[in-house]
Amino acid sequence: MAEMVEFELVSPARLLKSEPVEMVVVPGAEGDIGVLPNHSPLICTVRPGVIKVMESGKVTEEIFVAGGFCEVSTERCTVLAEEAIMVADIDAGEARDRLSAAEKAVSEADEDGMGKAEDERRIAEAMVAAAASA
Amino acid sequence: MANLKDLKGRISSVKKTQKITSAMKMVAAAKLRRAQEGAEQARPYAERMNRMLTSIAKSVGDTEGAPKMLAGTGGNRQLYVVCASDRGLCGGFNGSIVRETRRRLRECAANGTEFKIVTVGRKSRDLLRREFNDKIVASFTDIGRRGVEFDEAVEIAAKITEMFEADEFDVCTVIYNKFQSAISQIVTPHQLIPFAVDEAEEAEEDKQTGGARAVFIFEPDEEEILEDLLPRNIATQIFQALLESSASEHGARMTAMDNATRNAGDMIDNLTMTYNRTRQAVITKELIEIISGAEAL
Repeated sequence: MAEMVEFELVSPARLLKSEPVEMVVVPGAEGDIGVLPNHSPLICTVRPGVIKVMESGKVTEEIFVAGGFCEVSTERCTVLAEEAIMVADIDAGEARDRLSAAEKAVSEADEDGMGKAEDERRIAEAMVAAAASA
Repeated sequence: MANLKDLKGRISSVKKTQKITSAMKMVAAAKLRRAQEGAEQARPYAERMNRMLTSIAKSVGDTEGAPKMLAGTGGNRQLYVVCASDRGLCGGFNGSIVRETRRRLRECAANGTEFKIVTVGRKSRDLLRREFNDKIVASFTDIGRRGVEFDEAVEIAAKITEMFEADEFDVCTVIYNKFQSAISQIVTPHQLIPFAVDEAEEAEEDKQTGGARAVFIFEPDEEEILEDLLPRNIATQIFQALLESSASEHGARMTAMDNATRNAGDMIDNLTMTYNRTRQAVITKELIEIISGAEAL
């Protein structure tokens, strides 16, 4: 068997996933990052998007995360996600509702609330995109 | 000697109290199990967050541009976040946390350190209000009604961050009851700002890597990650504190109610004994009266 990288996905409430995988693609803030075994140590922020778990060149699992952080060491890849859901479990209608609510919030937000509303909109946007691709 | 009717009333009232306390004990036990699970499941996130922050902190070190939340502002104005419960009847749970807080606050007041308080839970606010009313800057109640939610921690963290950015304090400490077991909870002060690097963990890590520190690549750069990570870390630490505190509360309540139920049982036994004796005495007295009445004829 090929070398594996220990992939961990943790949300504030619990440890969601901890298993060895061949490769995992994390949506980093400045572009997707593919993590294979023996990756050099890296810490990056994660943008709202989809984490892909790959096996022999194929995507076996897709998990939507609403941003967070990622720590990679030679044998481990840990993603601290604020919100995580399997792409297959996303309700497209619900995601669209969330997006329209977020857009409304952005248009109504004052100076102080703007950043937060924008963040929410970005998350919802990514969620809709993820639902569409599934 | 007390009369029979009063005794009967006492007995039934104690029995009712016992029913309530034993029901509360049951409820607390069920909630405790859930709270404990929650606290345990949340641990990995906090641990990893801590590990990540530790490695960034080491990399950034004491450089000039290090964020204030990490390096500290150099001042000594204190902010205390006191986590207690919304409701009473949980033994020494609120008392011990408030006692420790008072001790610290009085110390601060004695040596002229400025301090402010954020209370979490109705009890901590009520108990601290008498002495330090003007120092309480924010109060959060009804936290963790249906299990502690991360959003609640975020809300508290946002308030703290906002105050820190407005330069209202320099050091932030959260005081909470750490869950040890159902019978023992430990009052724990935990420093949030500036970030305290865990020495023990560092030593552990050194041992694992043989002293050689991994050099991390940062993307984007350290400062930007820290900017995101530090407030997030505060939320996480508070979340952890809330979870521990909620588990402790239910544990303390369960123990307190268990004791109360047992005491009520003892009391019922005693009262029943007195009741029976009194009844016997009354019967005897009546018999004597009847007999002596018959003899007199």
